[in-house]
Amino acid sequence: MILNRRGLLASGAALGLGASSLARPALAQGAPLKIGMITTLSGAGGYIGQDIRDAFMLAIEMEGGKLGGANVQVLVEDDGFRPGQGKQVAEKFIKNERIKLLTGIIFSNILGAVVGDVLDAGGIYVSPNASPSNLAGKECHKNFWSIAWQNDSLHESAGQLATNLGQKKMFILAPNYQAGRDALTGFKRLYKGQIAGEVYTRLDQTDYAAEMAQIRAAAPDGVYQFHPGGLGITFLRQYVQAGLLSNVPMTLAAPSMDATTLAAVGDAAVGINLTSHWNSDFDNAASKRFVAAFQQKYNRMPTYYAQQSFDAALAIGAALKGTGGKVDDAEAFYRAMKPAGFESTRGKFSFGSNNHPIQDWYALKVESVSGKPALVTKDKVLTNHGDVYAAQCTF
Amino acid sequence: MALLLEQLLNGVQLGVTLFLLAAGLTLVFGIMGVINLAHGSLYMVGAYAAAVAASATGSAIVALLAGLAAAAAVGMVVEYVVLRRLYARDHLDQVLATFGLILFFNEGIVLLLGRQPLFVNVPEALRGTVRVLPGVDYPVYRVAIIAVGLLVALGLYVLIQRTRVGMLVRAGATHREMVRALGVDVRLLYTMVFGLGALLAGLAGVMTGPILSVQVGMGEQILIQTFVVVVIGGIGSVRGALFGAVLVGLVDTVLRAYVPGLLRQVMAGSEADALGAGLASMGVYLLMALVLLVKPRGLFPAHA
Repeated sequence: MILNRRGLLASGAALGLGASSLARPALAQGAPLKIGMITTLSGAGGYIGQDIRDAFMLAIEMEGGKLGGANVQVLVEDDGFRPGQGKQVAEKFIKNERIKLLTGIIFSNILGAVVGDVLDAGGIYVSPNASPSNLAGKECHKNFWSIAWQNDSLHESAGQLATNLGQKKMFILAPNYQAGRDALTGFKRLYKGQIAGEVYTRLDQTDYAAEMAQIRAAAPDGVYQFHPGGLGITFLRQYVQAGLLSNVPMTLAAPSMDATTLAAVGDAAVGINLTSHWNSDFDNAASKRFVAAFQQKYNRMPTYYAQQSFDAALAIGAALKGTGGKVDDAEAFYRAMKPAGFESTRGKFSFGSNNHPIQDWYALKVESVSGKPALVTKDKVLTNHGDVYAAQCTF
Repeated sequence: MALLLEQLLNGVQLGVTLFLLAAGLTLVFGIMGVINLAHGSLYMVGAYAAAVAASATGSAIVALLAGLAAAAAVGMVVEYVVLRRLYARDHLDQVLATFGLILFFNEGIVLLLGRQPLFVNVPEALRGTVRVLPGVDYPVYRVAIIAVGLLVALGLYVLIQRTRVGMLVRAGATHREMVRALGVDVRLLYTMVFGLGALLAGLAGVMTGPILSVQVGMGEQILIQTFVVVVIGGIGSVRGALFGAVLVGLVDTVLRAYVPGLLRQVMAGSEADALGAGLASMGVYLLMALVLLVKPRGLFPAHA
């Protein structure tokens, strides 16, 4: 909140004085590099933004207030889950604060409203979450980086898992927006069985009783649904309340079953299958260090959103190290960022030709670990998996 | 057939929830002439108070009482502190002030309880499903919501049609100046009506808590549909609110369930789904437009 207020004050001062950009030294020695974070801190997705912000700050704190040896200052603003507000914040960051490096957006519809402004102004955007298909393919950009995944991979891996699990007839659901439609397309790409039903819900929907009835009537072998954040929690709870989970097993992608969702759904979630690129039980030094530090500082389990944001901070750190803490030269930043010279919490990580990750995907299962439901990592589902859009990308 | 019946039950259940909210909203607007955008906040306050009480005590009864008491108390305080100053002002001032209240309540909850949504368990006695008809299993809790909603509707009917207070409320809705002229303490009446509306909104919040997630902004999600109900039913009419709410609930649910399927018969799968989802979410607004075209004052206008 303090950061928020500081951002507001600074922009107010810039508006009031007009000439403040003259008075302010542009990246003088010692002045910290400003990073703009636009994220969703209110509404159903609010806890995701909190994790994105907290993990990013944790990475900076673990390096003693720096990233890649450079002093950084992060300005955080809420997009209010509204593309229009996200765009306004971005304009303020770019024009008034002269910020070149932005990050933080969770939802692809908000990213869509913001990313054009950032890239057109010569800025760099490092995405800790939203990575829609257009930005990986035809509209890919040298200065747009995805640290999370290309959105389809979440669902391709789940489709592969459903195939592996031998589920012949699936009922699939997602909200009616870009990422939701991508989700079902992605799922169907690697799922080899039959689709018993395909339903698009509303992004502002809170009651799924009508969908539960349709699932029951279709009597599928399994259900695949993609509902991020609070939506997914509501969906799962109602699925359990309708008595469906015991009859129709559910396969999920990571966004539908994070640590927060699990805590909310509780024991009823035991037995659910899902896929993810990371889980808090990963057995590598970077991940263990991150999980321990996050738990100690914030007293809760990090979700995979937190992990992505943490990795985003590390990736930016590695690039800043290469450029000597500068972001003015986008070409130099590109060269420093591309080798992904950071120790990712997910183990193996590299950037594909379109600046999107190439990584492994794992099957997870919700199991009861010492009386509490927990996500347990199982087999590898996909190895060195990139995305199908990279072929369309030329820059 | 079983599917249709289940969908109709879903529609009625959504309808009675909307009714609980719309009844208060329509009374407040009809009698006091105040547009209260913060009505959804009272719903949120009820849900949060119940969620906190439930997690502290584990008792569903305590949670219910806490939710009702908190919503009614907050409602009356809001009426006394803020709205009382706005009766004589025009609607724009009221909209601005009550919109401010929304921001106030949302941020207040964030400060007190954080952004993480809260979750309430369905009370032990109401878990599981019940066979309402051969082949139709329906969650007991949703049946309970329908029952409570209909009981409240009946109770409101008795209160408004058969008691002295109800007589004043009816008179206040149709002949405001005359009631005042006859020496009725209109201020007290207003506070009571507002408290009653808040109580009902709180009840809706308490009951939907175990189905939905209790989160900041939950009031605004349902507020728009509630306004649609009030407009369809006729401003100031509780009977209109009941019929409007059930109508909106049914139309919304049935469209959501069947439009994509019907469209899929005539066009490609994914396009049909996307278009169908879009049409279904427009459905209640189209319904409102249609009703207003035929009956510009709503189905059951209070100020005849």
